[in-house]
Amino acid sequence: MSITAGIDVGSTYTKAVVFNGKELIGKAMNATGFKLTEVSEALFDAALAEAGLKRDDVEYTIATGYGRHQCYVKDLAVTDLTSAARGAHFLFPGTRTVLDIGGQTMKATRIDESARVKNFRLNDKCAAGTGAFLEKTARYMGYETEQIGGLMDTSREEVTISGVCAVFAESEVINHLSMGTSPGDIMQGSANSLSERSVQLLKRVKAEPEFTLIGGLLRWPRMVDAIAKQLGEKVNVADPELVQYTAAVGAAILGQVRLERLQAERVAG
Amino acid sequence: MAYAAGVDVGSTQTKAIIIDEHGIIAGRSLRDTGANVVRAAEKAFAEALAGAKISEREVEYVIGTGYGRYRITFGNAQVTEISCHARGAVKFFPNTRSVVDMGGQDTKAIRVNAEGEIDDFCMNDKCAAGTGRFLGAAAAALDLGLDNLGPTALKSDKPVRISTTCTVFAESEVLAWLGKGKKVEDILWGVHQSIASRSAGLMRRVGVEDEITFTGGVTRNVAMVKALEERLDKKLNVSEESHYMGAMGAALFALDHILTSRTPTKSTKSAEARP
Repeated sequence: MSITAGIDVGSTYTKAVVFNGKELIGKAMNATGFKLTEVSEALFDAALAEAGLKRDDVEYTIATGYGRHQCYVKDLAVTDLTSAARGAHFLFPGTRTVLDIGGQTMKATRIDESARVKNFRLNDKCAAGTGAFLEKTARYMGYETEQIGGLMDTSREEVTISGVCAVFAESEVINHLSMGTSPGDIMQGSANSLSERSVQLLKRVKAEPEFTLIGGLLRWPRMVDAIAKQLGEKVNVADPELVQYTAAVGAAILGQVRLERLQAERVAG
Repeated sequence: MAYAAGVDVGSTQTKAIIIDEHGIIAGRSLRDTGANVVRAAEKAFAEALAGAKISEREVEYVIGTGYGRYRITFGNAQVTEISCHARGAVKFFPNTRSVVDMGGQDTKAIRVNAEGEIDDFCMNDKCAAGTGRFLGAAAAALDLGLDNLGPTALKSDKPVRISTTCTVFAESEVLAWLGKGKKVEDILWGVHQSIASRSAGLMRRVGVEDEITFTGGVTRNVAMVKALEERLDKKLNVSEESHYMGAMGAALFALDHILTSRTPTKSTKSAEARP
């Protein structure tokens, strides 16, 4: 079996995985920060260390995500839509629609039975439908990103957050707090607002089942529930340990596909 | 002597103005709105009264404006900030045809006719891009005070092009440029140009006509004035009072009320005609 690696340099987190053709044997993740080249190499090495391998053992490395061109340990760069589609298809073979919600983007992609991208829409100009919206809400109330999931779990009667802009949400959050609304209910309201936007995006790609949700926000069960409820459909979600790595896994799998093709060409040649 | 007051409770700052019956400013106040809108309005009004050395009873009519106007407990009436900014702008610059008001969370473009009446207006109500908040985000990312932004930006000779639209993403972009070794002044001037470009777009939607009066808190920023002038290729009217224009307009409407209720036949404009 050949060893391949996938490195997903996202706007907020960078994820690296090592894949042996059948399963993941190493993974690592950290905040992207502003030194994209350094962070992608450090995580590549960390994932290799977990697998007990060296860089030389890897036959093909594919970088993906917004910072993929700043990653120099790659053999090839592919878009995050392509790699996420492949990763979602690997985890849930029946996937026809992928919704990826990251720190600064929201992407809806419709794919065919062999994980090829048929149609997609992104929310790339505005933070309203992204993790940044939840992060801002949390920060206005004095909480950190990692506390968002726990906060939502405490919600009993969520409020409606009507503003779209993540900046304007501040006034709304402060108003709710001053009226005595619990931070958990505000957090959940904010998650519901985000879900609404995600469903609008899904409609625009004419989404069809099965739906697979990926990206950092989906590590919070309440976020998954909010989207599923809003969508009125069953959704696939990888377990919280893996859900952020989907695009990186997809990149590593594409590495396998690429290697097979190269080998076939060599044999043919 | 009768007095009129205008209290402009903005998203970021609260302004109060007290004028006498000739329309001359007697007292004023400026403070951060903060979370307690009611209290900010009360305090600003009390400070303006203290500045004018008069008691609350001497103020015959108070008009509230700005996003928090309905939360003011002591006011007599409310008028939208669009009307108030236009009124204030026309009072200080009688030839005003376009008003651009840039505040903490919104930017408004207003077109007024030769009589000083509003013909059309447009504002960003859904998105903070191109507002004072965009500057605030850049200031936070660069660890600079708001008052230092303008002078610092003016030192730039090679501005960077800010490509993000969203204020939230701009913060990351500013940090990314810093990481790439760009100079603070070049990043900042890029930020100002980006806001100017969005604001000019807003103004074009209502039509830009001479003279243009710039109002709101961001008028204190010299680089923003320059960036807008370059973008529109026109000079802007800016005065010391620009920051208070909304409160001033509200105070003028309050004075109208006092004078018309006193002599119902007299035109409301007469108050302004006097020096």
